[in-house]
Amino acid sequence: MTPAAWDLFVFFLKLSLLAVGGANAAVPEMHREVVELRGWMTDATFSQGYALASAAPGPNVLFVAVIGWHVAGAQGLVASLLGFLGPTFILAWAVASLTQRLAGDWRLAALRAGLVPVAIGLILATGLVTGAAAARGSGVEVAVAVTITLASALFTWRSNLSPLWALAAGGALGWLLLH
Amino acid sequence: MSKNAAPPPEEPPLNPSPGPGQLFMAFAKAGLMGFGGAQIWVRRAMVEERRWMTERDYAEVLGLGQVLPGPNVGNAAVMIGRRFAGLRGSFAATGGLYLFPLIVLISLVLLWQGFADNPDVSAFMHGLACAAAGMVIGNAFRMSGRLRPPPELIAIGLLSTLAAAWFRVPLPVIVLVLGPVSIGAVVWRMRRAG
Repeated sequence: MTPAAWDLFVFFLKLSLLAVGGANAAVPEMHREVVELRGWMTDATFSQGYALASAAPGPNVLFVAVIGWHVAGAQGLVASLLGFLGPTFILAWAVASLTQRLAGDWRLAALRAGLVPVAIGLILATGLVTGAAAARGSGVEVAVAVTITLASALFTWRSNLSPLWALAAGGALGWLLLH
Repeated sequence: MSKNAAPPPEEPPLNPSPGPGQLFMAFAKAGLMGFGGAQIWVRRAMVEERRWMTERDYAEVLGLGQVLPGPNVGNAAVMIGRRFAGLRGSFAATGGLYLFPLIVLISLVLLWQGFADNPDVSAFMHGLACAAAGMVIGNAFRMSGRLRPPPELIAIGLLSTLAAAWFRVPLPVIVLVLGPVSIGAVVWRMRRAG
């Protein structure tokens, strides 16, 4: 492993268990280390990588892989991902074992049921924040953007068809109306 | 809240537990589709398409995945994989979730210079981003509609939304403050139901 890949591994290993709320919650800390302290990436490359990781399919945590790739190629990619996901994998595994051992305990049932509203509330918040960020441009463009967001929300909520239709329609409408 | 584990009447019965191969395929599809976060697609696969989990069961696994560090859907993959197929299941679900999106993403990074300034591409991506945000919002309504939570839990969910989206309260604070309140509300309702 190259020294740069090792440094990435150690940095993301330390960051991993602090990232409550996923990779998005840890982005400010990544920026501080990768751009400000170490100068591994420029501000522009960092933002562009983040935008790509958000727009591409799959979990946003893959932004970590983009950083690794930029800094140290394929080795950096593997080192960053292993560092960031390894500890969370082990912790989730341990918690899953514990919940299986305690199955039927009313306190565990209350804990599990109690976390559901918070989790769904936070999902809603994510949608609202990213929707607000996407509502940009001229007055007409904001109106188009908000309409796409609302129509897609309604479709996903009420229809049993795949949300992929909403995404395809949103992209097509964007291409037609958001130039 | 009843202790009965049977799904609500409108949910069809569950299918038999999957093996590692089926888990890998299901999570690979969810990862590849996963615009706006793979969580929505994992839920769709587990609860609606493959019927391996009930709505409530999935929501509870996701809730645990949310409070643990790391990506909520990644934590859910580890826990779901473990339940159905042990360590191999966890690796299969995790690998499926990340492998293909990773290939797509690195290809995009390599190609990006070629189409970064293309107005057609950026207009399409803008529309896609709006639709993806709407999908996340609609998914929150879909889950809560099917779970039929009592009013106090709806209020706690909306408070979490307000705290995160409007007041930008850091996530650990929300979980540490509203989590116990919510658990307390669940216990209170369990006691009242006897």
